[in-house]
Amino acid sequence: MRNVLTTTKRWSALTALALSTTLVAACGGGASDVAGEGNSADADTTLTLVAYAVPEPGWSKVAPVFAGTEEGKGVGVTASYGASGDQSRGVESGKPADVVNFSVEPDITRLVKAGLVDEDWNAGAQKGLPFGSVVTFAVREGNPKNIRDWDDLLKPGVEVITPSPLSSGAAKWNLLAPYAAKSNGGQDHAAGIAYVQELVTQHVKLRPGSGREATDVFRQGTGDVLLAYENEALHYDLEHVNPPQTFKIENPVAVVNTSKHLDKATAFVNFQYTPEAQKVWAEEGFRPSDPAVAEEFADKFPAPEKLWSITDLGGWSKVDPQLFDKDNGEITKIYKQATG
Amino acid sequence: MSISTNPEASRPELSPGDPPAVRRLPRRANGANLQVGVAVLWLSLIVLLPLAAILWTSAEGGFGAFWSAVSSPSALASFRVTLTISVGVTLVNVVFGLLIAWVLVRDDFPLKRVVDAIIDLPFALPTIVASLVLLSLYGPGSPVGIHIQHTAWGVALALAFVTLPFVVRAVQPVLLELDREVEEAAASLGANSATIFLKVILPALAPSLLSGAGLAFSRAIGEFGSIVLIGGAIPGETEVSSQWIRTLIENDDRVGAAAISIVLLLISFVVLFVLRYFGARAAKREESAR
Repeated sequence: MRNVLTTTKRWSALTALALSTTLVAACGGGASDVAGEGNSADADTTLTLVAYAVPEPGWSKVAPVFAGTEEGKGVGVTASYGASGDQSRGVESGKPADVVNFSVEPDITRLVKAGLVDEDWNAGAQKGLPFGSVVTFAVREGNPKNIRDWDDLLKPGVEVITPSPLSSGAAKWNLLAPYAAKSNGGQDHAAGIAYVQELVTQHVKLRPGSGREATDVFRQGTGDVLLAYENEALHYDLEHVNPPQTFKIENPVAVVNTSKHLDKATAFVNFQYTPEAQKVWAEEGFRPSDPAVAEEFADKFPAPEKLWSITDLGGWSKVDPQLFDKDNGEITKIYKQATG
Repeated sequence: MSISTNPEASRPELSPGDPPAVRRLPRRANGANLQVGVAVLWLSLIVLLPLAAILWTSAEGGFGAFWSAVSSPSALASFRVTLTISVGVTLVNVVFGLLIAWVLVRDDFPLKRVVDAIIDLPFALPTIVASLVLLSLYGPGSPVGIHIQHTAWGVALALAFVTLPFVVRAVQPVLLELDREVEEAAASLGANSATIFLKVILPALAPSLLSGAGLAFSRAIGEFGSIVLIGGAIPGETEVSSQWIRTLIENDDRVGAAAISIVLLLISFVVLFVLRYFGARAAKREESAR
């Protein structure tokens, strides 16, 4: 029998196969985080910021302002944005970072436990929380379903877009808000859980992985209302309604102590609390933690009737394991049952 | 001319008088051994090692964790969506891939070379770009008024786009090599085009068609980048298994993700094996018919 493939043909076939295999492999899906724009290419020091999904508008404005200051001269920032839980686990398993900014405190606590963030990261006056937001309803133009309050979300036929709390920090805020409102600050636990149960099982169909993905899904036309950070709604100019009772979102920032540029990173983080930086955050739609600056931007950030906060519920160390533990959290279990 | 069917005849060192000795491995030149060694090493590193790692991870939680991950409502829904859409797309692409290969080989038309090169475009295009392109064509801002984002049709279209080249490129070389004389003989014996196609050409192409279909199917069930934007990952409707796996990874459930991957791999292996078997049978039949 004739040997069909001569040696030359065999090698060229193998080369072609190797090349096409590489090509096919390269066409696979990418990582789930998004790179933000790097700053000045001629920076002497580049800090790596690992952040949750939505603060890019703020960081991209505040980094050049920092580079313009005395301590920030020659410092560039490259950032990576993604679901808060996802990003935190990434840094824990070795993703390089100098500064971290997550949506919820437990994602920083994870790094404290891993020895990557000092225990006194929140010892400062603002407790490590330079900016924040509130939970808001982003609705379709004209608010056709007239969604004003938490009970309106439970009206038949209303589809609510909110990310999955298993990966997203935004999701936790979005579910804590109605929980706190319905349970009167945690006093009537059963009522709070009952509301979350009905909301998730009847009105949530999709599972976006992060706050930004949820916004994208909503903006592409799915759903009647998006539960989101107020800063997301402001950034995308979405018509939004702040419910009368909502939750105070506070997003922690910390220095990673294995950073190669510890002094610059610390200076960068400290800079966030200066009035200059606080104004930038306020301009980009984030509620500043500095009271004086907050006063200045009071028109942009209306005060809700009742603003619940994590301290009312007993702090993250109590709430996170109780409601959001990966296997046993009450809200996690509701979510897993409802969405598989 | 008959070929000797006795392998011993070419091995004079084993004369009939010898006891039924240990069969010696045929002696090879050292160069060939090195070839085999390098090939096996590469195969192991690139293919076998990751496979073993996935198997290991999926077994980490024991059979209970494996089974609960694989039988969860979302996993089952994703399997259903993945398999139905992939099978449909593969069947469609077998038909159209064959048609395109036929036209490229047998017909002549202006810009034929350009079309031939374009067929490889889905290979070259990053899959996320494919998803973006399809979204802009068939999403909310569609210039042709078709809006199939977040539907199974959108996913099917994306999968059809990326798996078309497999069938075309599998069939094309075989079609080129086909002996026209047999077709002409059949025509001269009075067969019409349909009969020639069904009885002469299709059986000859069957092995390559099946092989191309197998590759297309395997790619379709594992595809992620090209469906991520246009599909929308709606559980039970457009969420395919690769997206569910990614969600599990984001939710820090590596064992579950590995378990689902193992199921997809098994399905892929079984389908490829079955198609190969039928293809080999068809090829043998062709050989013996000559």
